[in-house]
Amino acid sequence: LAARVATLDGGVTMEKPTAYKDASTYNNFYEFGTDKADPSRNAHTLVTSPWSVDVEGLVKRPGRWALEDLLRLSSLEERIYRLRCVEGWSMVIPWVGYSLAELIKRVEPQGSAKFVEFVTLADAKTMPLVGSRVLDWPYVEGLRMDEAMHPLTLLTFGMYGEVLPNQSGAPVRLVVPWKYGFKSAKSIVKIRFTDRQPATAWNKAAANEYGFYSNVNPAVDHPRWSQATERRIGEDGLFSKKRKTLMFNGYENQVGQLYAGMDLKKLY
Amino acid sequence: MNQWLLHRSTKSVVFFLGCLPVLWLGVAAWSDQLGANPAEALVRSTGDWTLRILCVVLSITPLRVTFKISALARFRRMLGLFVYFYVVVHFLAYAWLDMGFELIDVGSDLAKRPFIFVGFACLMLLTPLAATSFSRAIKWLGGDRWQMLHRLVYVVAVLALVHFFWMRAGKNNFNEVFVYAAIVAMLLGWRIRNASK
Repeated sequence: LAARVATLDGGVTMEKPTAYKDASTYNNFYEFGTDKADPSRNAHTLVTSPWSVDVEGLVKRPGRWALEDLLRLSSLEERIYRLRCVEGWSMVIPWVGYSLAELIKRVEPQGSAKFVEFVTLADAKTMPLVGSRVLDWPYVEGLRMDEAMHPLTLLTFGMYGEVLPNQSGAPVRLVVPWKYGFKSAKSIVKIRFTDRQPATAWNKAAANEYGFYSNVNPAVDHPRWSQATERRIGEDGLFSKKRKTLMFNGYENQVGQLYAGMDLKKLY
Repeated sequence: MNQWLLHRSTKSVVFFLGCLPVLWLGVAAWSDQLGANPAEALVRSTGDWTLRILCVVLSITPLRVTFKISALARFRRMLGLFVYFYVVVHFLAYAWLDMGFELIDVGSDLAKRPFIFVGFACLMLLTPLAATSFSRAIKWLGGDRWQMLHRLVYVVAVLALVHFFWMRAGKNNFNEVFVYAAIVAMLLGWRIRNASK
C-alpha cells in the first residue's frame, strides 16, 4: 500500500513502532473472541472483498462507497500513532490512510449533523461471537462532528505499509489516536451522520466504565484499574516500571482545544 | 484404586504435577513464549492456577466419600499448600509486574479497587490456614477448632469467584467465570447436602 509520510502536526511520532507480530497477534476484536489471541486465530473467515461503506443520515450526498472508490478518494499517508488501550497497555503503530475529514467534506453533512456514527460488520456466519451476549451487536462507535473532522482522525486501510490484516479491522477502520483504542471502530460498513449522540457499544454495556468520549486521561481512572500508567507492548521489559500515560495520549497540543471548557471528569 | 494411591511414590508425583504450572510459566517467560504482554499473562495465569487447584482441593472430600477412595485424603494438605503457593505467586506477580513493588501504590490500589481488595482478602484468609497446616497445629488448636478455622476455605472459594467475576465484568466476559462458579457451587452444594443428611 503506497503512501507518503504524513506531515501534519502529531502525524508521525518518533517512538519505536511495535513489532508487527505483537501488533497483529494481541488484539481486541470481540466479534472473533474475547481472548487477545483469538482475533488473529479466527479472523481469517472475514470476507473483505467485495466491501462497501454506506454513508447515510444527515448528509447532502448519501450513498454507497465501494472500497476501491474510498481508496481513491484521497492520497494515502503513513501516520505513526501511539495506541493506548483502555486496559492499560499501549503500542506504536504505522497506519496507512487519510483524514476522515476528506470523506466527510465529500459527502457534505447538513448543518443539523452533530455526530458521526460508525457501524461495523456483524456477520454471525463468519464472526463466532456475533449473537453472543458479550456486547450488543453490531459494534457501534461514534464521534462528535469536530472530533470526526479533526485531521488526526484517520480513515485507515493499512498498517506497516500493507493492507490491514483481518484481525486489525480490515478492510477499513477508524483510528482516533487520542482516545482509548475501542473508540477506533474496525471493519466499518456504515457511516451515519446524526443530530444525536450515538449509543456506542461499550457505553451501552457499562456506561459508568466507558464514556462516550473516552479520551485518554491519566487523571480519570477506570473503576477497575488505574489509567495513570501503561505498559508499552514489546518494549517495557517484564520487570520495568510502567510508563506514565499522557493526557490525550500525548496529543493534547493538537486536540486539547476541542474540549475547552468541558469537565472531562464528568464527560469521561 | 486405594492401593494404588497409597503407593509411596504418589505424593512425589502429585508434588511434581503441582509444580508443573509454575515451572512451565517460568520457562515460558524466560524464552519469551507468553505473547505480546507477558506480565499480564503471568498475573492472569497464576490466578487461574490458584482457582484450579482450589477446585481440586475442594473436590477431594466429595470424591473420597462418594467413591470411597479414602487414600485421596493423603494429598489434601499438599494441594492446599499449593493453593497458598499459587496465590502468593499471583499476588507477588501483581505487586511486582503491575505495581513495581511500590507498597504505597499497592495500598492505594487495594483501597481504590474492590476486586483487588477481595483478592487480597483471599490471600489474608488463606494465610492462617497455611500456617496451621502441619500436624502439631491440629493438636495445639484441637481438632474441632482447627476444622472450624479451615472451613475458611469455603469463604475463600466464594471470594475468589467474586474477584474473578469483578475482574471480567470490566469486559463483559463471563464464560470462564461461570464454569468455575458451577464447579464451586457443585462442590459446596455437595457439602451442604451431606451435612444435612
